[in-house]
Amino acid sequence: MSILGTRVIRTEDPRLLTAGAVYVDDLRVPELDGAARVTFVRSPVAHARITGIDASAALSEPGVVAVLTVQDMTDLAPPPPDSGEPVGGEGPAPLGGPWSEPLLAADTVRFVGEPVAVVITDGRYQGEDAADLVTVDYDPLPAVVGPEAALTSESLLFPAAGSNIPLTSPVSADDAPFDACEVVVEQAIVNQRLACMPLEGRATAATFENGKLTVWHSSQNAQLCRLILCGALGMAPDQIRVIVPDVGGGFGAKVGIDRDGLVVAWAARKTGRALRWNETRSENLVGMTQGRAQLHHIKIGGNRDGKILAYRIDVIQDSGAYSRMGGFLPMLTCLMAPGVYDIPAVQAGYRVVVTNATPISAYRGAGRPEAAATIERAVDLFAAEIGMDPAEVRRRNFVAPDKFPFQTKTGALYDSGQYEEALDKVLAGAGYQELRKEQERRRASGDVRQLGIGISSYVEITAADGAAGETAKLEVADDGTATVYTGSSPHGQGHHTAWAMLVQEELGIPMDKVTVVHGDTDLIPVGVGTYASRSLQLGGSAVHKAAVEVKDEARRQAADILEAAEADVVLDTISGLWQVRGDPEASLTWAQVAGHTSGGLVADVSFAADLPTFPFGAHVSVVEVDTETGKVTLLRHVTVDDAGPVLNPVLAEGQRHGGIAQGAAQALLEEVLYDADGNPLTSTLADYAAITAAELPSYELLASETPTTVNPLGVKGIGEAGTIGSTPAIQNAVIDAVAHLGIRHIDMPTTPQRVWTAINEAQKAGNQ
Amino acid sequence: MKVDLTVNGKDISADVEDRMLLVHFLRDVADLTATNVGCDTTSCGACTVLLDGESVKSCTVLAAQASGHEITTVEGLATNGEMHPVQRAFHQEHGLQCGFCTPGMVMAIVSLLKENPDPSEQQVRQGLEGNLCRCTGYHNIVRAALAAADEGKVSA
Repeated sequence: MSILGTRVIRTEDPRLLTAGAVYVDDLRVPELDGAARVTFVRSPVAHARITGIDASAALSEPGVVAVLTVQDMTDLAPPPPDSGEPVGGEGPAPLGGPWSEPLLAADTVRFVGEPVAVVITDGRYQGEDAADLVTVDYDPLPAVVGPEAALTSESLLFPAAGSNIPLTSPVSADDAPFDACEVVVEQAIVNQRLACMPLEGRATAATFENGKLTVWHSSQNAQLCRLILCGALGMAPDQIRVIVPDVGGGFGAKVGIDRDGLVVAWAARKTGRALRWNETRSENLVGMTQGRAQLHHIKIGGNRDGKILAYRIDVIQDSGAYSRMGGFLPMLTCLMAPGVYDIPAVQAGYRVVVTNATPISAYRGAGRPEAAATIERAVDLFAAEIGMDPAEVRRRNFVAPDKFPFQTKTGALYDSGQYEEALDKVLAGAGYQELRKEQERRRASGDVRQLGIGISSYVEITAADGAAGETAKLEVADDGTATVYTGSSPHGQGHHTAWAMLVQEELGIPMDKVTVVHGDTDLIPVGVGTYASRSLQLGGSAVHKAAVEVKDEARRQAADILEAAEADVVLDTISGLWQVRGDPEASLTWAQVAGHTSGGLVADVSFAADLPTFPFGAHVSVVEVDTETGKVTLLRHVTVDDAGPVLNPVLAEGQRHGGIAQGAAQALLEEVLYDADGNPLTSTLADYAAITAAELPSYELLASETPTTVNPLGVKGIGEAGTIGSTPAIQNAVIDAVAHLGIRHIDMPTTPQRVWTAINEAQKAGNQ
Repeated sequence: MKVDLTVNGKDISADVEDRMLLVHFLRDVADLTATNVGCDTTSCGACTVLLDGESVKSCTVLAAQASGHEITTVEGLATNGEMHPVQRAFHQEHGLQCGFCTPGMVMAIVSLLKENPDPSEQQVRQGLEGNLCRCTGYHNIVRAALAAADEGKVSA
């Protein structure tokens, strides 16, 4: 029987549950004995010129080894010359030229939390004391707060650039498709700024000995870290080893290594001391990249029979102070703009703006949740306008199953999908008709607690960079054990379990004899990493491919030993024995076969996919809204998330659960806020409303598996689907609960204050 | 100042700064690194340990305050190599992903079940309000807590 598709509990867990994982700050390796602590001096103002830094008081404190600023970076190449043109374009690359981001602030700070200096101390607490004594003189500049202020370019973050808009891809202004519609709805929709907030913040340790830099970093990809370090520090790859130990969550914010980690590595080389840095949560909530932060203006038009004919989305991407991903996020938003719908005319475009806020980068979904949230809101707005059930409007506009592969108007090629089937399944699972009756009953009776039912149908893109592929090296040793070296980089997903399952499936070597190694550039020089829901479809396919190659070589070896024709030698994957067809007496173990070779059985492969995959699904959310207080209670959340065949339902469900919760957090609670001067108002967990168990229900997951043909496992990504599907369903549910009061839209997060205000304003409007 | 703590049954004495937090005593002095620090406002619960059997957030207790008391961390929960029922339930129910919140979450549930051996789902959810998890969406953590409670009922 195949182990694939079965519920296998994780091999990682016993260690994590009894001894604890080993995150960067837990490392007790000899190289870090006596390591000094790094503490950052960060900007307390959103936008200012630095006119002076005085470290003398700090330097006289006990335990202070050094205070370093940009003036000490004399060993680094100067920034590239100002070409006046942005570099990077649509790829996930930082902008160069006049938009460049320094490692430590040079003469200007552009967000609260920007690194200005580092203090190196012997002890943990000495660093915070000494950092307080570093005096930095700031000459304040007008702060640009929010994307709309950025557009006016009244205050410029980068005067040499001449505007606050590094990238644009203008949306069409052609109104003809809308002029032909019976009904047109327009709406401004906020997709608010969120904190990624992995429970482990950023952490780096570094040593520099005998010309070799070793960097331990909490990251989603060791090899990318090394590449970035090479560029930033002017070193060759063989001079740097990056080790990624256990990682306490990433969610996109730990792709590669950012400026703070680079500074720690540089400081280790500069001082010759072993160094450790582990940020506090208050630093994390201003220093780690954040997500979303888009403002959309949409227009949707169609006929009263429910057919949508035209859709326009104009995206303004607040990139924060430094546009680290260029136009990548809004480009993905525009690519996925029409979602699951076959709309004859789609117009999508964006502007990227810089503001005096924490830089924006990938956060679970990275551009796709924004697309899904807005098209799903738009469809509900259209449904409300024509007075049709939102489920019915969706049905009348889905891409039909016989149209796949489907080329969208925005340039995506959807591989496979069953959108109506997914919606029907989730509606049946939720008991949609009964819920509508209960809603009707509560509306008729004027119940204080109104019921809201929200729907989302979604499609998303995973492994968008499938051509970059992933690596796997598989070795079977002469004791019959197997080791997988993966370029993928788990931080909670369960790769060690999943990869061992793939090896057992193909080779019959039991999971407990399979070791998985990741995150060490000396052992795995080439790898891409874990992000964009790419791991199983690329990294898993690479492991599968390596296993097939090892099996082919083993078959040749076994045939040689058994003096049989290769075609007659078969592997029994239940017993893990090589046998000759028709001769049960002749059999070999993996140890015997591996022992027969000179160098062991090894396959070193990479797997690349020609195309991305497009998981899809449908969610139904049921909320209760207290119309007197505006408080929303999420009662039920039912989902179909189809990412193709499921390798291990335990892991896939876990990904869906976590995704749903993060989507619910955006819909209901979480938002990074700044005051008018650019001061963050949510820089501790006492202020940032991270969602808890008390605000969430148990989830109701329904199964659906539509395979893809773009990889041998037939799988798509599942890591971000829950987030992409849940956010719009919950937001739609909240608005649905109060729609009968005359409310058509409430921006996220749908906090009690915001919902109460909407109700209050609707009542005032009704009384006039 | 000199402090004397019993950590997972072992007596540890040390001369520490007055302001040393219990969590840093556990990590840096006792060298027990399973207990993590996830925030600086007593909000996340990653650092939850038991002090004389009661759950505390060890980032908000001074080592000095814990002097003379017994501390249990997740490293001290298993007996003779056998996982505690709550640890076992976390494994069976996939109650952890990245593992960072896990030691604190497990200790919070041990304490919760001691106070209320037969909680409802809602009571578990309310009881875990002070422990954040970013990976699991809490679904399987709640199931693990209920499963451990069920096991407790069977063995009682």
